[in-house]
Amino acid sequence: MTAELHEELTDPHADPHADQLDHGAASSRPLKSRISEPQPRGAKIRGNRPVDQSEAANRFMAATEHEAMHDARLWDLRQKRDKEMHGIEEWEELRNLASGIKEHTLSKLDYYLELFEKNATANGIKVHWAKDGAEHNAIVLEILRSKGVERLIKSKSMLTEECGFREFMAHNNVEVIETDLGERIQQLDDEAPSHVVVPAVHKLRTDVASVFAKTIGSDPDNADAHYLTECQREATRPLILSAQAGMTGGNFVVAETGTFVVCTNEGNADLSANTPPLHIASIGIEKLIPGLDDLAVFIRLLSRSALGSPITQYTSHFRGPREGGEMHVVLVDNGRSERLGMEKFWPGLKCIRCGACMNTCPVFRRSGGLSYGATYAGPIGLIIDPTFNVHKYRNLPYSSTMNGSCTNVCPVKINIHEQIADWRKTLAGDGEISPVKKVMMKAAGEVLASPVVYRASLPLGRSALRHLPHFMLYNKLNTWGRKRDIPETPKQTFNEWYRKNRKQQGEGEKS
Amino acid sequence: MKVGLFVPCYVDMFHPETGIATLELLERFGLSVEYPVDQTCCGQPMTNTGCEREAAKTEELFVRNFEKYDYVVTPSGSCTNQVRNNMTAIDQTDAVKHVRSRTYELVEFLHDVLKIDAFPWAEFPHRVALHNNCNTLRNLRIASMSERREESFSKPKALLKMVRGIEFADLTRPDECCGFGGTFSVFEEGVSAKMGQDKVTDQLKSGAEYVTSSDSSCMMHQEGCARRMGANLKYIHIAQILNGARA
Amino acid sequence: MSGSREAILGAIRKNHVQSERARPPVPLFDQAAPSDLREMFQKSLERMGGKMLTPDAVDPMAPVRQAIVKPGPVVSCVPEFQGDMQITPQTKPTDIAPVEYAVLRAAFGVAETGSLCFTEKQLHVNTTGFLPQHLVILLDPAQIVYNLHNAYQRPEWTQAHYAVFQSGPSATADIEGVLVHGAQGVRSLSVLFHPVS
Repeated sequence: MTAELHEELTDPHADPHADQLDHGAASSRPLKSRISEPQPRGAKIRGNRPVDQSEAANRFMAATEHEAMHDARLWDLRQKRDKEMHGIEEWEELRNLASGIKEHTLSKLDYYLELFEKNATANGIKVHWAKDGAEHNAIVLEILRSKGVERLIKSKSMLTEECGFREFMAHNNVEVIETDLGERIQQLDDEAPSHVVVPAVHKLRTDVASVFAKTIGSDPDNADAHYLTECQREATRPLILSAQAGMTGGNFVVAETGTFVVCTNEGNADLSANTPPLHIASIGIEKLIPGLDDLAVFIRLLSRSALGSPITQYTSHFRGPREGGEMHVVLVDNGRSERLGMEKFWPGLKCIRCGACMNTCPVFRRSGGLSYGATYAGPIGLIIDPTFNVHKYRNLPYSSTMNGSCTNVCPVKINIHEQIADWRKTLAGDGEISPVKKVMMKAAGEVLASPVVYRASLPLGRSALRHLPHFMLYNKLNTWGRKRDIPETPKQTFNEWYRKNRKQQGEGEKS
Repeated sequence: MKVGLFVPCYVDMFHPETGIATLELLERFGLSVEYPVDQTCCGQPMTNTGCEREAAKTEELFVRNFEKYDYVVTPSGSCTNQVRNNMTAIDQTDAVKHVRSRTYELVEFLHDVLKIDAFPWAEFPHRVALHNNCNTLRNLRIASMSERREESFSKPKALLKMVRGIEFADLTRPDECCGFGGTFSVFEEGVSAKMGQDKVTDQLKSGAEYVTSSDSSCMMHQEGCARRMGANLKYIHIAQILNGARA
Repeated sequence: MSGSREAILGAIRKNHVQSERARPPVPLFDQAAPSDLREMFQKSLERMGGKMLTPDAVDPMAPVRQAIVKPGPVVSCVPEFQGDMQITPQTKPTDIAPVEYAVLRAAFGVAETGSLCFTEKQLHVNTTGFLPQHLVILLDPAQIVYNLHNAYQRPEWTQAHYAVFQSGPSATADIEGVLVHGAQGVRSLSVLFHPVS
């Protein structure tokens, strides 16, 4: 089974039948955008006002080449993931194990954090604790200042996105250089990552060419991916060699050995960690797992779920500073301990940030990750973002058809689509629901509770619109009919047919 | 065996022929089927939007209508999912529990409860693409899903294979949501319509003449998109094919 | 800062709504392991973009010499092969930057993923694994494990401060999914089966 929906995007110069290497984030077949068009930008952020994901999604879809490439590229990753899954007989057992290990660890998180701290400290790592993003940033700044650091090289970390780390360091005159290509593109374009694993997946090659031409002096007319990647390598290498400190995130933290693990395809975490004398790792407290046996399960699942590649090109284990070097770990809470107490939503803490739910999500693929206007986009974002700011992200749980594909690709079996439904319930219960939805549902609930009122609301008239089910009827904008035809209204409803044809045998008539 | 027939609002208003086919099909198997005429809805639009409280009275009415039957059968998986898995706005009395555990989507009722092995009257000499509603697929488990490593199975396909002359058209993304999503179709109209158009494009490329599904709601959305796109595709509920419709 | 430590641990203890869940035992999933793992390793390595060198029975280091085709400094961390740049206790991580080729021995390999494990013991200076343009790696076939479960049973994890699986060369596909080797780390990675002498 191959996706042929967008075969027009195939690179005309590539042999479609040739075997091509597809490890890492590579697509399994040659894809190429045909035209350049202005890149649609993300959701409009207006202070604490609720983010309008649909508005940004509509702009993304209006840029048809961007939408087509984005959908084709991420669907290809989903298919690569399926192929890997079929190669591993124990796949579903691994998912069960991964979920069980995470649930076990979260149920004893205080114990495992202390165990990690003890073991890491014994190996010479300095462990810090930050209750939120501001404290994290302050701790890191203090370490950097104590060493006179002016330039920091950094590998990709969603946690530092949460903390607003780059902006903070810019204000404090520390130059931060992202070393993951996608993240670097986004940094140079002053845009957030749109996807947890492939941060610039919403951009066409021509968008990248234009960013690089403006920032690192590449040829604006050369949009070849090899050329652009090489330009970035050449431009970044001197910065890597001259930085006084390196920063990474952490995908997994092994409590029993005091190890943290970073997974990359570019080797940029290893460069960031090993080239300068100082290595700081920022890690969310939910990344803990007990031991090395457990780590095996996650390493087997992570890259296969994310990209359909058996493993990331680099899987790096840090257990202590190298000789003459210094290593710090900042354990960050930033809302996680509070989430642990949320009866319905704590399983979101199992997330390993593989992005599989984004790749499979039909809404995400059409909308682009920046349409969510939040650090975490896609299905996992819908259930995590409201824990950071319930008002600002109250519309996000509605950006889903609740089709459930996300739940079933999730390597740690987070019940994402059920949590989306639970968030809607929670939001409506707390009054964090848009007035249009509330009024409409109140009216629908009253009409549908009464057979008499319900039947009376459905007279057979000329306007088919009036016969739409009630929740659609209360919709002055007629959003149904914008791009869809309204169904024809038959001469009689089933109810009328039944009364005419079967009433004598029929039952249940009361009124 | 006393069977209560639930005809969802879309079917009642737009596709009475699906309700008629469901009723006639069940009667062909000698069942005594009743349609309580005071029925309205399963409460899904409200629950789906998070407005559980607003769904309570509708749910109560549903239970009142159907508590006296051994089985409740409906030509909609998503309504079945609502009743079976999400009807939680009301007290879980014995009557409520009975109704929730006894409500079946038509295909699973035929396949799992009645264990039907032939539709001698059915003949549908057309090329057909099968669409599974997401609730029906992933919550009711009417078929295996591509996301999981599991034995491949499909209850609707198993039934359709008993229909003479039918030919199946394969979609490139058979499990991809079509974008209906209940209230999503109106609240998030842009993405919903785009997903529907992509689904129709996939159906067209499969060479299908007809699309069939055990859910009218998805097909109403897809048909709306197909018409607007000028796509030459016909949509027919699985109940009609199994009941012997020829076209 | 110690205030935050107590605050975080306190909040976790307060919010433990879910009762303690049992820790599931993790099987090794290695019943199907073939006795000779070389072929499986080679297939996995090639899938990840690495190259296998053909052994030469007469002149075991010939494949390594032949793999070095570009001019530039060669660093060797193995006794079997002589490089032209020495790593000494004074060598700084950044000193590796001009190196074109590094010749290394992997601690072990993983057949499931074509991964090669290096620790500071094999690398001498950690950046030897990433700053050179190309890597040529010796791997003892007796030191190949079947899968990642077996790999994490190895002693390296509790001995080394730094241990890395390299599985093929550095790779990116951040621009339209086009695979490019050598995003930041090495541009190519070649492996020669060669037992420890």
